[in-house]
Amino acid sequence: MAKTHVTMKVNGVEVEGLVEPRTLLVHFIRENLSLTGTHIGCETTHCGACTVDIDGMSVKSCTMFAVQAQGSEIMTIEGVANADGSLSALQEGFRMTHGLQCGFCTPGMILRAQRLLKENPRPSEEEIRMGISGNFCRCTGYQNIVKAIQYAAAKINGDEFKEAAE
Amino acid sequence: MIPGPFSYHRPATLAEAVNLLSTLGDEARPLAGGHSLVPMMKLRLASPEHLVDLHGVAGLKGIQRRGDKIVIGAMTTQHELLASDDIGKSLPILHETALLIADPQVRYRGTIGGNVANGDPGNDMPALMMVLSASYRLEGKSGAREVAANEFYQGAYFTALEPGELLTSISIPLPAAGHGYAYEKLKRKVGDYATAAAAVVLTMAGGKVATCKIGLTNLSETPLLAEDAAKAVIGTSLDPATLKQAAAAAEAIMSPAADARGPVEYRKHIGGIMVTRALQRAAGRAG
Repeated sequence: MAKTHVTMKVNGVEVEGLVEPRTLLVHFIRENLSLTGTHIGCETTHCGACTVDIDGMSVKSCTMFAVQAQGSEIMTIEGVANADGSLSALQEGFRMTHGLQCGFCTPGMILRAQRLLKENPRPSEEEIRMGISGNFCRCTGYQNIVKAIQYAAAKINGDEFKEAAE
Repeated sequence: MIPGPFSYHRPATLAEAVNLLSTLGDEARPLAGGHSLVPMMKLRLASPEHLVDLHGVAGLKGIQRRGDKIVIGAMTTQHELLASDDIGKSLPILHETALLIADPQVRYRGTIGGNVANGDPGNDMPALMMVLSASYRLEGKSGAREVAANEFYQGAYFTALEPGELLTSISIPLPAAGHGYAYEKLKRKVGDYATAAAAVVLTMAGGKVATCKIGLTNLSETPLLAEDAAKAVIGTSLDPATLKQAAAAAEAIMSPAADARGPVEYRKHIGGIMVTRALQRAAGRAG
């Protein structure tokens, strides 16, 4: 099958490659660009481990073809840290509140949470839980992931982070 | 899981898209949000030789008011529906339903046109479209035609769409001011299709049901309008005996498949409960 030339901007850098039409975006990101922070979990559009940000949308990159991302702006977990290399508010939140155990779901969780907080800077706990309902975690029971996102929201908004009493 | 090989086409106009689909024939599939088709392709349950991606086609997106109708472009995503204040005010049942479809990521990509044109009995919007008396605009090489949602669904994955035709927009008459509405869906988890779901749009006058339509999702090979159930509640105040009668009338037309969501009897039972709850909640919202 003839290959197609694609160009897109990933984490602020113009990239290009030759892909078969059937190449999934997640494979292009991991194999052509060697950005392996985006994980492949279920491969069936359920788990959200492959979530990346494309043109302002959270997208499961296992369910989109690389050719469809022609001309897009994409952010993966490798592009999340601050410009000076320090952790973003969300990364810091996951670290401070133990928002991960094995860490497999974390890149997808962080990319999804980042978009959620852009659209809704002060989400309720319920809104956070609905907002990450397309991302599975099999370790934490979500409790600390929700806290991590609350931590990041507080930090971004300049509010004090208060852990809810349990 | 890698799909079989295919050629990728990205037309810029509707005429080009329709031309491609009719020229390439059965081996070509239109690609909208892709969140039903791409998973099927990865499982090799679908292996089209050509994909005609509609994302480049101008004019297939957007929400417009035309007289007493709202017209929604087929490529409008569930996320865009949820972001629309106009939909929230005039067709709030669309918001309620869109929020019950899949998960946030899928809603950024999944389109209303794909949802209604796919013909999967598990899709949530079709029953709603029947309840709202919506019609679909279908465009092919020989021109455009309007088909009522009520007449569109023929069987699982079988619809009134002819080969080479595309569903390009959905036209929904504005429901009466003060209407009550509800979409009740039981699902095992976020992202699942309904075990059973019911859509209700009604109006009340003097504490009694004046008009009512009831739609059913995933309880047959096609979405269903539960006409006898709706008739049973007209003129009543939805007392317990009437609700029971409506649920029984709705259950009488259900023929769900036995699957991982449960045996037939269970799914029909749940279907009746969804009808009851949707009626009660809709009545509570009616002005």
